[in-house]
Amino acid sequence: MSGISLYRIGALALRYLYLIRRSWIRIVELAYWPTVQMILWGFITQYLAGHSDLLNQTAGLLLSGVLLWDILFRSQLGLSVVFFEELHARNLAQLFVSPLRPIELILALMSISLVRTLIGVGIAVLLAIPFYGFNLFALGLPLIGFFVTLLFMGWAIGLLVAALVLRHGMGAESIAWAAIFALAPLCGIYYPIATLPPWLQPLSWALPASYVFEGMRAVLLDHTFRQDYLFYALLLNTGYLGLGIQIFLATVHQARARGSLLQSGE
Amino acid sequence: MTETPVIQVEDLRKHYGTVRAVDGISFMVTRNATCALLGGNGAGKTTTIAMLLGLLLPTSGQIRILGEEMPRYQQRMLPRMNFSSPYVDLPQRLTVAENLTVYARLYGVRRVRERLATLGQELDIAAFFQRPYGSLSAGQKTRVVLAKALLNEPEVLLLDEPTASLDPDTADRMRSILTGYQRRSGATLLLASHNMSEVERLCDQVIMLRNGSIVATGAPHELIHRYGRKDMEEVFLDIARGIQSGEVVE
Repeated sequence: MSGISLYRIGALALRYLYLIRRSWIRIVELAYWPTVQMILWGFITQYLAGHSDLLNQTAGLLLSGVLLWDILFRSQLGLSVVFFEELHARNLAQLFVSPLRPIELILALMSISLVRTLIGVGIAVLLAIPFYGFNLFALGLPLIGFFVTLLFMGWAIGLLVAALVLRHGMGAESIAWAAIFALAPLCGIYYPIATLPPWLQPLSWALPASYVFEGMRAVLLDHTFRQDYLFYALLLNTGYLGLGIQIFLATVHQARARGSLLQSGE
Repeated sequence: MTETPVIQVEDLRKHYGTVRAVDGISFMVTRNATCALLGGNGAGKTTTIAMLLGLLLPTSGQIRILGEEMPRYQQRMLPRMNFSSPYVDLPQRLTVAENLTVYARLYGVRRVRERLATLGQELDIAAFFQRPYGSLSAGQKTRVVLAKALLNEPEVLLLDEPTASLDPDTADRMRSILTGYQRRSGATLLLASHNMSEVERLCDQVIMLRNGSIVATGAPHELIHRYGRKDMEEVFLDIARGIQSGEVVE
């Protein structure tokens, strides 16, 4: 049995890169919302810093939160939306009669999601330096752990959304934009998990992103890197990403049984 | 000596609840043969092709392609097969060259540029290599999809209405390309078509489907003789209307 082919994954990633490369509007679109969010929260931070000792001491607290949140949001969206491109293009049947394996499709979607996230959030992160004198890279090495954790969680949710749309059609597309916002209040992006009601906190600790935002506050406020948080987040992500992959593969199998791969489209 | 079948189908069924899209069909197609799946709308042609490609899982029955069981070994078989249908699109916003490059790589074609240049010339599509696929006419799109189907020089080529949307001149050229390709490569072609003159010209075997079952098989000239008709068009109408061979119709 032949294994996973990097050549085929690269071929499909190339299909998406062609799209990004050709259109500067697409690149602007990728960076637009992260940059707008960064600018908005930058001004809010500047205003609140004059009224809050906490923000005065750690002006980067809100901006770090918003930029890290965007890594999660863009990685999820990057995977789901790129998969929807295949449905819109009615190209799914061509892909599934080619030697491309479903797992290779997933890996290609992940690769392109990584590229889109780096472009989208990367531009906002770089612009925050001249705009507000804020450098996210000042988080140091823990930033790599935060980035990987948020990326994996975004992919897990993205795969679940893609599976849902494959199962129920493009009518379910709007879930791609809404799904992650349901989790936003639980992740503790701008406030500690302890702020949540006690009955909601276990749910929050079941999300890998919560460990990232708590870890971020530990770095910024206490100047300590909580390795235990990163460990729990990666452990949870292993489960969620594995589940996301399995559900997507099972949905493809179901689609083959139902014959919906031939009819997939708008 | 018995020829080894390239496509072997035994008691193949696809049921959707009470609907029997394909209902226990068996046939085989040998190497270098061109076989047509004929039948009216809903006869089971596309469903059969989709099952041969592994795009659709059968309810029961067996499929062997080039001796390997499908869909079990489809990853081994798919690089040796390809498929063309005007009803399955390619990404609209990519240019023709980009689309063909992506698929050439997916099929493991090594000399991509050379292969694209050859196909561009053979199918007369080189002139619009740099145009977005979505901007092409229906006929141009059909030729590009056919180019995609020939990228990996498949041993088994499955075609769903390969000349639909083409003007008679272009359709005739496409048929010449297909026969030329088959002569050179010894490939096996299975096509679903509504164009009976195409079937008479291209095919040496015909499988007539009706309501998911095979109702007649044979070479086009045999079927014309058996039904006492002058061409395949009339045979097709007889079969689509449920008239048996030899039955006299006013």
